[in-house]
Amino acid sequence: MAKYLAKRLLRSVLTLMVILSIVFVLVRQMPIDGYFPNFEKLSEEQIQNGLHQMGMDRPLIAQLLSFFGDLLHGNLGISRIYRTNVPVTEILGPKIPVSVRLGVFSLLLSMIVGLPMGTMMARHKNGLFDHIGTGFIVLIEAVPAAVYYLFIQIYGTDLLHVSMLYDASRPETMILPVVSMALGNIAYYAMWLRRYMVDESNKDYVMLARIKGCGENRIMFRHIFRNAFVPMAQYLPTSFLNTVIGSIYIESLYSIPGMGGLLVDVIKRQDNAMIQAIVLLYASVGVIGLLLGDLLMVFLDPRISFSKKGGDR
Amino acid sequence: MARLMHAKIAEAEAHASQALTQDLEESVLFSVAPFDERAAESTGESNYSYWRSTLRAFRHNRLAMILLCLMLLIVLFTFIQPLLPNQYDPNLVTNGSNGLPLKNKQPSSEHLMGTNSIGQDLWARLWAGTRNSLFIGISVALIEALVGIVMGVLWGYVRQLDFLFTEIYNVLDNIPTTIILILVSFILKPGMGTIIFALSVTGWIGMARFVRNQVLIIRDRDYNVASRCLGAGTWRVITRNLLPYLVSVIMLRMALSIPGAIGSEVFITYIGLGLPASIPSLGNLINEGRKLMMSPNLRYQLIYPTIILSVVTVSFYIVGNAFSDAADPKNHM
Repeated sequence: MAKYLAKRLLRSVLTLMVILSIVFVLVRQMPIDGYFPNFEKLSEEQIQNGLHQMGMDRPLIAQLLSFFGDLLHGNLGISRIYRTNVPVTEILGPKIPVSVRLGVFSLLLSMIVGLPMGTMMARHKNGLFDHIGTGFIVLIEAVPAAVYYLFIQIYGTDLLHVSMLYDASRPETMILPVVSMALGNIAYYAMWLRRYMVDESNKDYVMLARIKGCGENRIMFRHIFRNAFVPMAQYLPTSFLNTVIGSIYIESLYSIPGMGGLLVDVIKRQDNAMIQAIVLLYASVGVIGLLLGDLLMVFLDPRISFSKKGGDR
Repeated sequence: MARLMHAKIAEAEAHASQALTQDLEESVLFSVAPFDERAAESTGESNYSYWRSTLRAFRHNRLAMILLCLMLLIVLFTFIQPLLPNQYDPNLVTNGSNGLPLKNKQPSSEHLMGTNSIGQDLWARLWAGTRNSLFIGISVALIEALVGIVMGVLWGYVRQLDFLFTEIYNVLDNIPTTIILILVSFILKPGMGTIIFALSVTGWIGMARFVRNQVLIIRDRDYNVASRCLGAGTWRVITRNLLPYLVSVIMLRMALSIPGAIGSEVFITYIGLGLPASIPSLGNLINEGRKLMMSPNLRYQLIYPTIILSVVTVSFYIVGNAFSDAADPKNHM
């Protein structure tokens, strides 16, 4: 177990390095004129000078190596444009808690609503509730989130009499962003939980429980739910981390000063240090999510062991 | 289903017992069938046809049939609309009698859906946009399917490649999609080709993994082992044994990636990297509408594109699911 984990962690670090290198190279393919706000007016010499100051006149490999060297010392670089000459960590620091708070609330909401919804749909398969739930899931899954978020914002703010934009001092402005963020997860949890539970309920152990005289509720929650939850558990940490890290779209719709809108912003302004830091954050979240998902699955289901599925990832 | 069968069996039993109680002569109840040499020698042949059965199973799904017709009508209409009389060019700014552009005109008989904020006819833009968005969605789905299937089959079938592909997957899958979308749209010039490329670059990997997992499941089934023992080459096993088995699941993925691509286009446009305004698409129509959503009497500019977008995406989603159910031979009974 410990050996497997060590190997796995090492590979995750390697994966992260490859990802960072790819993004690093990609970022440097962006047009040079984006780095200078008044590019047309600059002389060739000034441009070369500017590039030299950014360290961008060196060969790509040298730039990459010095980037990783800095990274080892915990130095993510200094923002050049977003907030001039401020260390990246200082910019990201206050933004992360905002996104995390939003994400935790929306995740709690989606679990509280989504999991019972999936269970109820499986329990009353082909009943009225199942049909209504399926309709909801189809709508949420098929209609692009970008579109229904807008309508929630337009009509939700009318309904609740709150302002369109987020205001940290007024907690009621958080309701709509949290609900919008939760909808996708609710549909996702409900859809998969329903499917896994329906699959499970055709198995022999359920019939045995029924023959023994277990009540339908006990069968649903003590027997089926626990087994159906295992395949879902694998994706739970990833969805948790993705939610926590913030939604680009929602945060910019409601002007929430979190992580989400930042990425687009810094890419457009070609603030390389910021881009790399955010990519590192996102990619780590993805890699850690996978690892946690596998751990959670082993924890929940004693039949799964690392040694068997060692070569799987 | 089971209950229905029970009812039928009970009915047949009732008939039989009724016939027996009537006390008929044996020759009436049973008659000797004429002997036909050709019928006796003919070999049994199933008239089962995969596609006919699929089609029959699909036709049973009333909702999916209605949505399929609706979808086809919409697709057809995007091509017919420019040919109808009295249509505006989607990029033409219409001027009023005073020579100024007719901005933000409410829907009227002149402009069926009104005009947008610079005076272009929304009706014409909507259908041109639907056509472009559908084109993007379908192209992305086709490219994704093609690349994804080839890569996925190689990944799943050729054991030596598994490690390499898995590592590539781990890397690509962990680069946030948004970053790739943004970088590609930013590095290349905005346009249809760029959007299609950006969406395919991020999409094929999911398809490949999906196909790989399916191939892994059926690769070592007995019928494939038998084929290999009989000397079938890799190519033949893949094209004749594996892929036909995967048609239904692949079709489902493709049908779902069309609304996915249309949705991503909306997102890319929102972050300002979409198509230029001279190429209308549902994405930039919705985005133009979004800017005006604060004034309630101009919301029609957001609502009309949204309705078409929702109808298209929901139809593809439901039709795709229904088709994949129908294409599964287990549901052909």
